[in-house]
Amino acid sequence: MTYLDHAATTPMRPEAIAAMAAQFGDVGNASSLHTAGRRARRVVEESREVIAGHLGASPSDVVFTAGGTESDNLAVKGLFWARRTQDPQRVRFLTSAIEHHALIDPLMWLGKAEDAQIRQVGVDADGRLDLAALAELIMDDPDSVAAISIMLANNEVGTIQPLLEVVALAKTHDIPVHTDAVQAVGQLELNFADLGVAAMSVSAHKLGGPTGIGALLLGRSIEPTPILHGGGQERNVRSGTLDVPAIAGFAAALDAAMNDRVERNARVSALRDDLIARIQRAVPDAVLNGSPILDEAHRLPNNVHFSFPGCQGDALLMLLDAKGIECSTGSACSAGIAQPSHVLLALGASQIAARSSLRFSLGWNSTQTDVDSVVEAIAPAVERARLASGTLVDHA
Amino acid sequence: MKVIAALSGGVDSAVAAARAVDAGHEVVGVHLALSASRETHRVGSRGCCTLEDARDARRIADVLGIPFYVWDLSAEFRREVVDDFIAEYQAGRTPNPCIRCNESIKFSAVLNKARGLGFDAVCTGHYARIENDEAGGLVLKRGVDPQKDQSYVLGVLSEQDLSQSLFPLGDSTKDQVRREASERGLLVADKSDSYDVCFIPDGDTGAFLRSELGDQPGDIVDESGAVVGEHQGAFAFTVGQRRGLALGDPADNGRARFVLSIEPINNKVVVGPRESLAVQRLDLETSIALKDVDPDGIEVQWRAHGSPAAARAVINTQGVVDAVELRDVAYGIAAGQELVMFVGDRVVGSARIRSAAR
Repeated sequence: MTYLDHAATTPMRPEAIAAMAAQFGDVGNASSLHTAGRRARRVVEESREVIAGHLGASPSDVVFTAGGTESDNLAVKGLFWARRTQDPQRVRFLTSAIEHHALIDPLMWLGKAEDAQIRQVGVDADGRLDLAALAELIMDDPDSVAAISIMLANNEVGTIQPLLEVVALAKTHDIPVHTDAVQAVGQLELNFADLGVAAMSVSAHKLGGPTGIGALLLGRSIEPTPILHGGGQERNVRSGTLDVPAIAGFAAALDAAMNDRVERNARVSALRDDLIARIQRAVPDAVLNGSPILDEAHRLPNNVHFSFPGCQGDALLMLLDAKGIECSTGSACSAGIAQPSHVLLALGASQIAARSSLRFSLGWNSTQTDVDSVVEAIAPAVERARLASGTLVDHA
Repeated sequence: MKVIAALSGGVDSAVAAARAVDAGHEVVGVHLALSASRETHRVGSRGCCTLEDARDARRIADVLGIPFYVWDLSAEFRREVVDDFIAEYQAGRTPNPCIRCNESIKFSAVLNKARGLGFDAVCTGHYARIENDEAGGLVLKRGVDPQKDQSYVLGVLSEQDLSQSLFPLGDSTKDQVRREASERGLLVADKSDSYDVCFIPDGDTGAFLRSELGDQPGDIVDESGAVVGEHQGAFAFTVGQRRGLALGDPADNGRARFVLSIEPINNKVVVGPRESLAVQRLDLETSIALKDVDPDGIEVQWRAHGSPAAARAVINTQGVVDAVELRDVAYGIAAGQELVMFVGDRVVGSARIRSAAR
């Protein structure tokens, strides 16, 4: 099989598997005071230091969670509640129009259940945040803004967002900024302290670690209202027995990813550029979504995203799957219903174009053969999918 | 053959797919998402294609070792089946949405998409048989289980459709199918069959129509025109209906009253005694060309269940059938219902009923 859906999840690094497996045979709750507990605690703390070190944070900034979705929920709800409790007029939460559902859905819920006023800032045709619009929204009533959340890099089209500028805008009014860095960590150069954000979501399985573990990096002075109350672990912010093997796997994966980051990016982005160019040659009317500038300031090194006019993405996906090529029509979704991607719609695509798209995302073990396989299969698949599409019904 | 097996998550389509795999076809399982807003789980037997059904379908594909996808046809379904359902009731007619679905979705949209993707046929769990006739064409026949025979809802399929369809369950009874499902390790062996209209899970058609069309109060009148009651929308009634009339005062002779007709333009429902429902001649909306069939020896069905009725096909001056005459009087046949013609076990034609008369 040709696996090109690394943005959904990527194979575990051998180092991560080894680090996890090494923990399975040992017993110990990291919160216990005895020898076994202290041993477990040591693994957790060493892992924490490794993760913090690679991300430009201090160890106490790292709060372990069960993954990106939990981190996003904790950040969004936690920051909103904490900030509004401090000052009841802080009812607005500003974000972008292209966030992952793990971020926008808790915000929408806050809008309904907690009377939060959620505002989404649009993006340009390449998917980059409209900073002027954000500035305007802030200036409307800066004291009413509880927090801002803008992702570091978009998971669908790979566009890198101007976080430094966002933080600068927010800083003048002391508004905390959270960023969903789930796709960016492991690929982009990142320094939590330098970025100046109050909080940052990280997910292990996106970078070669196990599923079920992640972190919310939280500035020392930030105290979000917890979602999980209990034993008081993780600075009282996130209770629950720590998953020692998963944390060890997380640290090992991040370590491996950051150690080969530069070399890997060069290799992966070369494959990406090759894939883009050859798809464009094979299917001349295919439309590249996201930024056409293929560098680390504009686009994730591993991300390729095309719309194929006249095809339904799900038909294309089926045809490619039958040829052993595994990719995505957007975010992974279990219900399988083809909703037009809100990200593509925000970039200005029509409903139909949004449903005619495929994302190919490369990973640490992707090869030239993977790229060649896609190139060989894409034109016949597009032709077939066009036949199968008949009249595309607009779901607007 | 390369086959798309439609998997609803129920036992019939599961066993049908399994048999297609055993027959050596290259099978891909597809669950049709027909509702844009699906319930998470099924409540009892009504309704279909909830997320729970989708999960069951996926697990069936796992057990059979075939690929699995979900095809979103909710917009087409809304337009072709649901909107048509509402429009027909609004026009005072009685639709059969399962037939509309077979006609426009399952053996049209799905089949077209399957063919476009390079597949040869669509496989379903319908209880019916496709056989070759003497002339080398294809004919649809009843399934061997009289309780489950679904040839009625498939009567609309053309010979071309039949050539691209697979009904592996036609030779089996429901009991046999359930047992087979159990033997094959398909957990849905004991799942109850869904019935009634799949998009009206609580079975309350009147309420569904009122929620779509709003309350439209009007008169219920008897055959003399006298007002005998009030309704909340003529669209919610069907010819032959007896329940739900909520007529305060009984008829003068104390006998039950039935819906005789619906007048959409002045929003009236006409009721009367059972005798007034008697009809014997059914005029058809489209004509049927009978091939090698004695027009005096046919049987017809106008609803999915119930015994077929002996009838005579009325052939017009163009040599095609545009009406049938029932041998025996029938009571309460509504315009819009599908009339399917049989000779023995064979389906020989199908058309919608335009009007029914004495």
